[in-house]
Formats: sequence, structure tokens, C-alpha cells
Amino acid sequence: MEKLKYVGQSSVRIDGKEKVSGAALFTDDLEFGPDLLYAEIVEGPHAHAMINSIDTSEAENIPEVLCVVTGKDFPYNFGLYMKDRFIFAQDRVRFFGEQIAAVVARTPEAAKKAAKLVRVNYSPLPKVLSPVDAVKKDADLIHPDLKHYEHVPWFFPKPDSNIAHHRKIRKGDVEKGFAEADYVLDDTYEVPRYAHCAIEYHAAVAKYDHSGRLTVWASSQSPHTQRNLFASALAPMGITHNDVRVIAPHVGGGFGSKAGVTMEIIAAAIATKVKGHPVKVLWNREREFYNTYQRLGVTANLKVGVKKDGRITALHHELYWDAGAYVEYGANVVNAVGLSAIGPYRVDNASIDSYCVYTNLPPGGPYRGFGYSEFLFGLESHMERIARHLGIDPVEIRRRNAIKAGDLTAYGARMNPNGLQQAIDAVEKEIRWEKKLVSKDPDIAIGKGFSLFWKAPAMPPNTSSSCFLKFNEDASVNLLVSGMDIGQGFLTVMAQIAAEVLSVPVFKIRTENPDTDRNPYEWQTVASHVTWGCGNAVKLAAVDARNQILALVSRTHYFPVETLFLEDEQVKCMTRPDFSLPLKDFVIAGIQMEDGTFKGGPIIGRGVFMPEYASTKANPETSQGGHPNVHYTVGAAAAIIEIDRRTGKVKVKKIVEAVDCGKAINPDLVKGQITGGILQGISTVLYEEMKFDHRAKMLNPNFTDYKIPTSLDLPDEVVPIIIEVPEPDGPYGARGMGEHTMIPVAPMIANAIEDALGIRIRSMPITSEKICLAILDRQKND
Amino acid sequence: MKKISFSLNGEQRFVYITPNEILLDVLRYKMGTKSPKCGCDTGDCGACTILLNGKAVRSCLIFAVEVESQDIVTLEGISRDGLTPLQKALIEHNAFQCGYCAPGMILSATELINSNPHPGEEEIKEAISGNLCRCTGYQPVIDAIKHATKKH
Repeated sequence: MEKLKYVGQSSVRIDGKEKVSGAALFTDDLEFGPDLLYAEIVEGPHAHAMINSIDTSEAENIPEVLCVVTGKDFPYNFGLYMKDRFIFAQDRVRFFGEQIAAVVARTPEAAKKAAKLVRVNYSPLPKVLSPVDAVKKDADLIHPDLKHYEHVPWFFPKPDSNIAHHRKIRKGDVEKGFAEADYVLDDTYEVPRYAHCAIEYHAAVAKYDHSGRLTVWASSQSPHTQRNLFASALAPMGITHNDVRVIAPHVGGGFGSKAGVTMEIIAAAIATKVKGHPVKVLWNREREFYNTYQRLGVTANLKVGVKKDGRITALHHELYWDAGAYVEYGANVVNAVGLSAIGPYRVDNASIDSYCVYTNLPPGGPYRGFGYSEFLFGLESHMERIARHLGIDPVEIRRRNAIKAGDLTAYGARMNPNGLQQAIDAVEKEIRWEKKLVSKDPDIAIGKGFSLFWKAPAMPPNTSSSCFLKFNEDASVNLLVSGMDIGQGFLTVMAQIAAEVLSVPVFKIRTENPDTDRNPYEWQTVASHVTWGCGNAVKLAAVDARNQILALVSRTHYFPVETLFLEDEQVKCMTRPDFSLPLKDFVIAGIQMEDGTFKGGPIIGRGVFMPEYASTKANPETSQGGHPNVHYTVGAAAAIIEIDRRTGKVKVKKIVEAVDCGKAINPDLVKGQITGGILQGISTVLYEEMKFDHRAKMLNPNFTDYKIPTSLDLPDEVVPIIIEVPEPDGPYGARGMGEHTMIPVAPMIANAIEDALGIRIRSMPITSEKICLAILDRQKND
Repeated sequence: MKKISFSLNGEQRFVYITPNEILLDVLRYKMGTKSPKCGCDTGDCGACTILLNGKAVRSCLIFAVEVESQDIVTLEGISRDGLTPLQKALIEHNAFQCGYCAPGMILSATELINSNPHPGEEEIKEAISGNLCRCTGYQPVIDAIKHATKKH
């Protein structure tokens, strides 16, 4: 085992000082000078309607208005995985609040005033609001052009329907599996939509200058993907990738909402109509809720068969996703779940049907967990219920079925090495699972709940990361990567990896959020893949730099290269303990020879990583044959809760969560993800709830009416546990864990509620009202 | 336009405003003071928290015209003479993730510490309960404040 100096240490964040001093600048903090223009959006007041005409004349006459743009100015489709989205609505609106037009003016006030004067004439259409209705034969079509949309080869849209994608798994013999079962549980679970609630709004400023350069400053998880989508969408205007530059300042929270492209393309497009001026598009809290992405809702029919000992014989999971008006990104959530909805279990006979269904609700898209929180609410509720029915301990039934390294996943690839059993054992011990807790207060019920979790990065098979590494005169280092620090501590972890290879202290490594002109390619900061993917690229770049350093010293000092190594910012030699050469003496200047000449020059490393074994090529009827997921990260969690029987109010007393991150490059940051992710999970199950009116207008797009937790809503105790079973192709064995931490929370709280009160709630959120009604319902039936 | 003057981070400043301008916007867009952030515009999130005459208030709920002759401190003012023990503790605890809520959170905690140098955990939670954070789960922030204010 190699001895590590920087990797595995809880270093302080390299951006810590910037963030606590007020120095950190976010997109809307940047200055663009007195020529800055402001855009205001005109929103459609129908969930589904044809646009007959748009009259912009009155708006154009407002003083200080430069122009009004509509869908006619940009008749282009765009999208990450399926090109079903438009910069502005074309002939129809598909969700309440969709952008129809924009006014560009010298002041925000003038833009707002003029936006109210854009007259749009609509013919309302019947709206389709639930995925179950949308798949009915006579349902109104939301995208009649579905069959013409470009999409990735692993999507299977059904033409002339509202089904944008159907991911199908057929593994083993499901009928036989159910026939062999001693017990079959068949039920339906409902998980509604949720909002990300990053505290910073989406913001984008774009400038199309007189030389034809399009620069976009955006609060973004995906600078390179944005460049790619802007250039592709605006290609008919003659704009190329070479013309587009995306600069990403600090990001005030993402959680998936700032991945891909949403409102940023509005700024990019508008800029082309006001050449030479920077133009700002700033979202507000309301639009954060209804016009970026929302987490998809799902109705999941789940049937699991087991033997008397709890071993799973067959599983059928049918998921109808409320994917919203545009699914260019959200359809991949549906795909990811389709591949993984057996959960972290060994299931020899499985069938899964995951349907991506268009509805006239805001676009569904990536949200921390990427669909796994949603399907595991049902599956982990189900496992608990099966255990109770069979009289098996709920932890034991999970242990018996837990997937092991080498087992076949639902799509037939081998499961990666993992510490699921260790996680189960560690959580069981820490929560003292065997100890039944009883409250002295008769009005308080105490319950314990357990849940497993797993998640794989959902990425195209050719997703790649890259890194440039350059030394400075003092042997400090600049690390150029294009992953984003969206708060998770990515940049600190990259610095630790480079520090380890180069034996340079972490504080001497500077790495910042990217500019696509200067920093090398990264797909996106999503899927919990950057510690693994970009970490590999950084490690390779550092090794490249180290090799150059050692080769140079070997050449100038005549030591065999294999005897040289780096230690404490110096080159040393195994066979010559008296030799040491400080890096700062030569990493820029080179090494002077006896004849006065210099050898070497600036040390610059490069690293590129792509998982060359990944493939989405498989039989579409069974999904067997490919290797779509690079690996899964697994873990276990348990909760102790108290419920007041009179009010239904749940108080979370203790949560224990163990996650196998392969190697914690920075244990403190791993724990930070656990603490934060658990509270976000608690929030989805106990507090957050979207309300829509009869027009499908969201009624509570604000923090007064859509509650997220404050410092007064914390669990009494959170115990994070780190498990480290190395990922064979991860940097120092690391794999991602950022999203995973919130995934087990909703089902384990539901399970704890059943343990406390004997009631099973199969829909989220589990509000006090729902608990009280369930208690009353049971009393009525008793 | 009306001219108002007030003390901003220890410096006497003046600015021309209309009576309906919000203090947060005036600080950010007219005076270049960018640490107060906007996260809701309705007083729910606390990202725009500043100290007005030593009290933590939400600058999105105050008209700029109201602060004539008063004393305003933002995070820039707190950091001017080097980091405070609270800021140092926040760094050591990796207390923030995205950092967007940090300016408001730090000013709420600063007000607490100024009036109550050794607060208990419940007092800390109460003091920052008006500052929403979606990343951290609050505990690392609370731990850092506790650490910075413990009795030696």
C-alpha cells in the first residue's frame, strides 16, 4: 500500500478564504459596464395552447427598448440527449410560464414595462397533466413532431404518442421467478415533482461582439456542454464552436438545475440581435421553480416475489415518469432508472419498463440522485414490507439479497467491487438496530427505519475529462480543468490529487472554475463523476509532469531515471541520499549545464481520461449486451424518529449513513456531502410540496410557501461513516458519492414511520397531515 | 433622484436614488458592494443580510432611502482588517460549500457574537435560522460558530 501524504487528508477547501471573505464572485456580481442591456421574458399563461400571433409593436415603442425577439427569430431545436426544446416557444406553448418572447432594453425597468405590452393571441388546447393519462390511446399529443426529433441512439421514442423514451429490461425468466415465489407483493408508489432550490438564481450574460465572438458568462455546471449546445443550436446563424466562449464564475448551488442548458441559451441567442452589447438574463425565485428543470415525478408499479427466507425470485418494476413539457435531459433520468431499478440487489429474473412521458408541466430534468431517490422510495419501502410480512429482520433481508462484486446487473454486466455488506454492518451497529426504543411519553411514538442505496453515473459512454497542469517559478502549480466547483469541493480534491503525485503542498496549487477558451474539455459536472473522471485526468497530468521532471534531471545529472523521485518539492535520488534539487530551481528556468547552456523549460503536464470500456450498444428489447454504467456507488442508512401521535409531526433524532466512496480523497468533504445530502433528503420527504392550480400554474414558487429546512430543522445527530473498497479504475480508488447521500432518506423515514405507528404511506411527501389522516383512517377501520 | 449619504463599511458614501429603490440593489449595482446576495427578494432566504447599526437585517426588505445617516456593514467591511476568528473557524471547518449564503450567514453570526460572545448551540441555531443554506445541512456552520465562540 503506497503511503499517501495529501490524498486522504481533510484539507481545508482551497476556495474557503474566498468564500468567507466576500471575495468570491458569482455571475451576477460581475461588472459589464454602462453598455450592459437587460432582457425580460414574456411568459405564456397557458399550459398547452397554440400561438396564433404575437404583436410586439407596442412594446417596441417603449423608450430605451432596443428590440423584442420571439420564436420566429430563432426557429431552432436544441437539447442534450434529444432535440425537443426551443429557445422561445414556436407555434405552441407546452407548460405554464414558458418563454414566448423577450424584450431587450437599457434598464431592467424598461424591459419589464415593455414585456407586459407584448400581445400574444392563443388558442388553448386540452392539457395533459399526469403520465398515466398521457399514455392513454386517445391522449392529446404534446409533441406531434416527436418522430422527427434528433436523439441519442440509446433512446426509443414512440412516434405519435406522448412516450419520448421507453427503457426496457428483460433478464432471466420473470414468470418462472414469480411462480417460484412463496410471497409476492405488488403495489404502487407515488413520488411527486421537487425543486432544486439552489440559493443563487440562474444568471447568464452574453455578448456577441463585432468580430463575431460570442462570450457567455453563466452560473453553470456544464460550461463545455453549454458551448457545444449554443454552437449547435446557433449554427444556422454561422456561429461555430470556435466562436463561442463560456466563462463560469462561482456557482451558488446546482443540484442538477444548472446542468445542461436551460435559460442560458436565451442570453446567447438574444446577444446575436444586439451585437456589441453585453445582455443580462437574470432569473428570479419564481422562475427558478417553474422554468429551469424540476425533478421528475413518478408513478411506480412494483411487484417483487420472494422465497420464505426473503430471497428475491423475481422483480417487475413499471415506472411512468411525469417528465414535463420537454425531456431533452430528463429522458436520461428515465433511462438511468430503467437500467438500475432492481436496486442494489441480486435479481436473476427482472423486467423493468421505464416510460418517459410528456406532460404539460415544467420540463423535468437532472436533480441530485437522477431518479434513484424516486424509485428507491418504492423499492426500499417494499423490501421493508416484505420483511415484516415474512417475519424477517428488515436488515437481514437486505443483507441476504445485497448485490456483490461479480453479480450480474439488470443489463448483464458485472457489478464492481463494493462495500455494501460492510456498510450494512456498520450502520446496523451504530444505530443499535436490535434495541427497541420506547418513549415514556404516550403521545410520542419512536421508530427505526433502514434503507440501502445505489447509484451509477448516467453518462454517454464517451464522456471524457481532461487537464492541463503548469508549473510557476516558485514551483507552485496551476491546474486547468473544466469540472465545476458547485460547492462539493471538487477543486480542492483535484488539488489534493495533483499534490500527491508531485509532492507539492495543496496550498501551492491554484485551480479555479473554467473558461472554455483556456481550460481543456470536460463533459459536465453531474452524475457524481468528476472526482473519479476528472480526478483520473488530473492524476495523469501530474504523472506526465513528474515524468518530464525526472527525465530532465536524469538527462542533466546522469542518474538513471528509475532512481529519481519527488519529495517535499524536490527531486531526490534513491542511490544518492545527499542529492536534492528543488523544483523551483528549474520547473520554469530549466537546468544549466557546465557549458552555460540550459536544458528543459517550463513543465506542462496533460491528462485525458475516457472510460474506454463503456458502451450503450445493447438489445433494445432486453437492454442486455452493453456496459452503459461504469460502476455503482453503494451504501446503507438508518434513522431513528419520534412522531407526535396528536399532530403527526416527525422529529428526526438520529441518522447514520455509510457510503462506499472507494477512497475518501478528503474525508471532511465526504462527510460534508453526507450531512448536506441527508437534510435535502429529509426535506423532500417531510417538508417540500409543489402545488399547481387548475391551469397547471405553480402556486407556491417561493420560499414562504415551498418550505426548505432551516437550522432549526436538523436531526439531533448525524453519523457519517466512510467505507473504502477501492474502485479499480478510480484515482487512488475513489468513486463519486455526492448525489448518493440523499437517496436513502425518504424510504428510511417511511419505514421508520411504519415501525413507529404501523402505518404505511406510499406517496411522498409524508406530511404531518398525511400521517394524521392515516392514523384516523386506521382508527376508523379498527 | 434624491441624494442620500450613509456610512458603508466605515467610509462615508453618498448615492443618488429614487425613493422606490431597494437597499440591496443600491449596494450591489450602484455602490459595487457585491457580498450581499439576492436569493429570493422576499426576505425568506437571508442571503442579503447586512448589519444596519449593528443589527442583522435583510437588505432586500429595506428601501435605500431609509438608511440616510445610518451605519451599514457588509462582509467586505468585516474582512477589511483580515479575517475574524469566526471567519477562520469557518474555513477550518469547511463550513461552506457553494458559499452563496456565506455573506448573510456570517453577518447573522457576527451580530450574535457581538451581543453574546459565548452562545449555546440553540442560540446559534436561532441566530442563523433566517439564513437558508441548501448545501451544508447547517451543522458544519454551527460547529464553526461554536468553535469560534467557545470559552478558553
